Amino acid sequence: MIKLIKFLKPFQIPIYLVLGLVLLQSLSELYLPTLMADIVDKGVVTGDTDYIWKIGGFMLLVAAGGMVCSIAASFYSAKAASGFGKLLRSRVFSHVGNFSLHEFDQLGTASLITRTTNDITQIQQVLVMMLRMMAMAPMMCIGGIIMAYSKDAKLTLVLAVALPVLVLAIVVIARKGIPLFKAMQVKLDNLNRVLRENLTGIRVIRSFNRVEHEKKRFDEANWDLTQTAIKVNKIMAAMMPIMMIVLNLTTVAIVWFGGIRISNGHMQVGDMMAFIQYAMQIMFSFIMLSMMFVMIPRASVSAVRINEVLATNADISDPKVPVSSTDKKGHVEFQHVTFSYPGAEMPAISNISFSMEPGKVTAIIGGTGSGKSTLINLIPRFYDIDNGKILVDGVDVRDLTQEQLREKIGFVPQQAILFTGSIAENIRYGKEEATIEEVEHAAEIAQAKEFISTMPDGFDAVIAQGGTNVSGGQKQRLSIARALVRKPEIYIFDDSFSALDFKTDAKLRAALKRETGDSTVLIVAQRVSTIIDADQIIVLDNGEIAGIGTHRGLMESSEVYREIVMSQLSEEEIA
Amino acid sequence: MSRDSKHQTSEQNSGARKPGPGPGGGFGPMGMGMPVQKAKNFKGTLNRLITYLKPYKLQLLAVLLTAIISTIFAIVSPKIMGKATTKLFEGLMMKLRGVPGAKIDFDYIGQIIIFLIGLYILSAIFAYIQQYIMAGVAQKTVYNLRKEVEEKLNRLPLKYFDARTHGEILSRAVNDVDNISTTLQQSLTQLITSVVTIIGVIIMMLTISPLMTLIVIVTLPLSGIAIAKIAKKSQLYFKGQQKSLGQLNGHVEEMYTGHKVVKVFGHEQKSIETFEGINEELYQSAWKAQFVSGMIMPLMSFINNIGYVLVAVVGGILVTKKAIEIGDIQAFIQYSRQFSQPIAQTASIANVIQSTIASAERVFEILDEQEEVPEASNPKVIASPKGEVKFEHVSFGYDEEELLIEEMNIDVKSGQKVAIVGPTGAGKTTLINLLMRFYEINSGKILIDGMDTRDLKREHLRSLFGMVLQDTWLFNSTIRENIAYGREGATEDEIVAAAKAANADHFIRTLPDGYDTILNEEASNISQGQKQLLTIARAILANPAMLILDEATSSVDTRTEVQIQKAMDHLMQGRTSFVIAHRLSTIRNADMILVMNQGKVIEKGNHEELLAKGGFYADLYNSQFTGGNSVKNVG
Repeated sequence: MIKLIKFLKPFQIPIYLVLGLVLLQSLSELYLPTLMADIVDKGVVTGDTDYIWKIGGFMLLVAAGGMVCSIAASFYSAKAASGFGKLLRSRVFSHVGNFSLHEFDQLGTASLITRTTNDITQIQQVLVMMLRMMAMAPMMCIGGIIMAYSKDAKLTLVLAVALPVLVLAIVVIARKGIPLFKAMQVKLDNLNRVLRENLTGIRVIRSFNRVEHEKKRFDEANWDLTQTAIKVNKIMAAMMPIMMIVLNLTTVAIVWFGGIRISNGHMQVGDMMAFIQYAMQIMFSFIMLSMMFVMIPRASVSAVRINEVLATNADISDPKVPVSSTDKKGHVEFQHVTFSYPGAEMPAISNISFSMEPGKVTAIIGGTGSGKSTLINLIPRFYDIDNGKILVDGVDVRDLTQEQLREKIGFVPQQAILFTGSIAENIRYGKEEATIEEVEHAAEIAQAKEFISTMPDGFDAVIAQGGTNVSGGQKQRLSIARALVRKPEIYIFDDSFSALDFKTDAKLRAALKRETGDSTVLIVAQRVSTIIDADQIIVLDNGEIAGIGTHRGLMESSEVYREIVMSQLSEEEIA
Repeated sequence: MSRDSKHQTSEQNSGARKPGPGPGGGFGPMGMGMPVQKAKNFKGTLNRLITYLKPYKLQLLAVLLTAIISTIFAIVSPKIMGKATTKLFEGLMMKLRGVPGAKIDFDYIGQIIIFLIGLYILSAIFAYIQQYIMAGVAQKTVYNLRKEVEEKLNRLPLKYFDARTHGEILSRAVNDVDNISTTLQQSLTQLITSVVTIIGVIIMMLTISPLMTLIVIVTLPLSGIAIAKIAKKSQLYFKGQQKSLGQLNGHVEEMYTGHKVVKVFGHEQKSIETFEGINEELYQSAWKAQFVSGMIMPLMSFINNIGYVLVAVVGGILVTKKAIEIGDIQAFIQYSRQFSQPIAQTASIANVIQSTIASAERVFEILDEQEEVPEASNPKVIASPKGEVKFEHVSFGYDEEELLIEEMNIDVKSGQKVAIVGPTGAGKTTLINLLMRFYEINSGKILIDGMDTRDLKREHLRSLFGMVLQDTWLFNSTIRENIAYGREGATEDEIVAAAKAANADHFIRTLPDGYDTILNEEASNISQGQKQLLTIARAILANPAMLILDEATSSVDTRTEVQIQKAMDHLMQGRTSFVIAHRLSTIRNADMILVMNQGKVIEKGNHEELLAKGGFYADLYNSQFTGGNSVKNVG
């Protein structure tokens, strides 16, 4: 929480203003009882009606002043808190923007989203509360004590007894209640989980006739939660009555002891009445403070999560003096490349060497976890390698800026990701200044033109968030078109044809072949049929190259390749 | 000033719900002026919610009584306390006037104070009892409601679940019910005490001075108007804030999930620019919303303070005129403070109740959903199933308008294999849905061993099938229990035997705790292929007459795939099976092939027949399996 305070710096002035204004507001609140005491002691006692009216008018002014301060405080605190939220949000977002895939893996995409959105909103809200209430509580408390003391020092002894009792009561109940609240949260999560499992497994549950069993499981979790909830609420039920008793008994004590002091001529009646009001203000500020302490842990959880993001530094940065690109185009070379994911025991890929030439198609095949996707993620430098070198156009990728490097690449990821916006905008994502002809051409090659033309707005049809209004196959085709419009030196297809039906797949591959003629093409595939015509096939097994060659060559030389082919095709179909 | 913040400290209250306490105000219900979700049928839903409270009539009556008693005690005490002050003042005045022997009557004051202490303690005890009883009532009501929802979900047809996201259903069954629970626990008693307080305070004030009461009450409509005006304005900003927040979240989500694409196409800068734009908009509406809603409390407290000053002034004058007594002013000030509190509270409770009723409405919507078609009145039983499956003139569509299956007739003999082929997303689950009667067919008949599936109990029908799907379902428990899910009361030996038959025994034993290994929530501690082996073991244990299988596709590595295939072949022996097929060998050996595309069954027949027909299958086969130069396979 404290680490985030530095983001408050630009808002220093409004925050000081808020504190000052809140102070004034508290003072006005505290001044009112004093004035009322004057009405009683000077006006009522002497029967001076004019005096009463005069002080009354003055009280109104003080109250109005308090309101103005309070509204002004509200203005500045709203600005400061919202500004803080805005600043923090934009810092976190641009910080995350620099993350490499490694950091995304580490923190988790879903978690990063929550951290950038909900967590910051949470903190922003707490900040408003803090500026308004938490600032007020101590001022009211201290101010109240000072005022009470100035009215009658001896009578403040009553408070010296009452306040510790109040604090003790709050602490005892909180001690008992808070662990139960935590337990309740766990049990609620548990209930949630059972229900979620019930929903995701509904077909299995019903087909295995385990409805009764699931009912029992749910009921257990439900009852467990209910028991704890009842317990918590029964404990919390004591909170308010105890506080009220302390408050009320304090009032009574003030009247009693105050009466004695009045009788001895040490104090006036109006002062006692004011004193009672001060005592209330002091005690309420304690209750407010205790409520704040409940909120802070919640906010600090968010703060910790945000700090974690800000403390994570992207491990990939651009070279200070980037090498300017060479004339070479489309050359990629791996030299003894080894890479392991952080914390992993075994390297994901080890000692990989191969090279790719313009106009040639390279394919990578291998089982799950053999390192295919890892390998291709290294070319656009999504990760930095441990050992060896990756050269693009003869230059080590670490000596190029990320922008320089990625300009050369047209990447089609495994999961086709589209963005909110029209189809044309999505395709132009590959090349912003692409003409409509270029966009249409790319769509045509990607076999997307047909379905685009059936859409009501054609290329202007809007893709919903997450691309939910197009099918998986359509998404893949648009994602391919996006790479094509770029006309890059190097194409990378990461298992990008999986959602296409057979016919489209075949047509697309034929069209691609013509389009990518002079470029370097790298295809990752699961299906042998997709890569059978490649100029070179790299067979990966457990992160190592188990064979490089053409289909025919590998069928003879590579055991692993044969096994893959066999598993996919029955004997008779293998030529 | 005793009770006016009776309900403010409750730990689980969110900031938005917390009404501000405070002499003179200043602390505020921060959420005031936020838009509230409204129910469509407020009255009906409310009445229905009340029926859930009926079993607790006695307890609720007790809550009502204790709440009233405790509130009344709290309301009378300022007046009694005022008497003590008056006595003090009188004694003092007499002393001042030099009346001989004048002194403050401490005996009288002492009596009053002891009486007051008694009142306060009683009031606190009753308040405690009230909360204590309510805890039981509220939580048990919610327990029952949750239970009812879960039982209802079990009776709903799959259609319901397929049409909604899990998140949506979960949110109703958990969040909405939780919302109801909090309201029952807190807001209900708050409402009772607030109303009693308002009425009681008015009565007490009237007994002191009708004139001063009038002054206090006149300030009320003033605050009412002020609040209404500001709330309206702030709602506008809150809506704007909500909208920008939604846009921002959407953008963040897109950029983070599409991170790789953003980077590889060099769009980082542009994405930040868009973000900054939305962020600025959010800031503008956020601070305005915050500021405007933050004005409510100061204004209210000012209006309140006007009342306070008027009471002090008018009261002071009245005292000098001997119309009232000094202690009355003190009591009156406390009353006027107590007065604004419950009114502000009632206003915020009104919002809370509205959103609660909206929640209740969403929960009741689930309870009112149409249930599965009832079971046959005289259900038949297939004692020793042979596994003959017949479709007679079956028509079906998820949507009444659009039939996916029309007049389908198939006849599967015992032990035969039916392959279902077609591109991904072609609707492979449709057939499962019909066979298992997850969905009702529109017309025609599905017969198993000559018996209409609608004449069988669903439970019985489903026990005839075993199911192994790609989207394996395992739950958060031990591997043993996950396999044993296939048959209740399976012995350890049977479980191990099933695991062995499914080629799963070996890998299970390599895990740290063997069969006792607990699968974590996403079951990410075993691989996708291993999960499939477990579901196969589960199906083997269930030992059904018929099978529905989903062949492994590319998400599994080659070696595991071979193992899965072997296990499946083992499982299929001698059973009628429906296989969602991806491999050519399975398809060609199938006794019948159903070709699906875009949700419809477009062709059926065996391999040779379909080839001869020259339709979609033949096209598909020729372009994929035999076309090109050498080798092709099926995706």
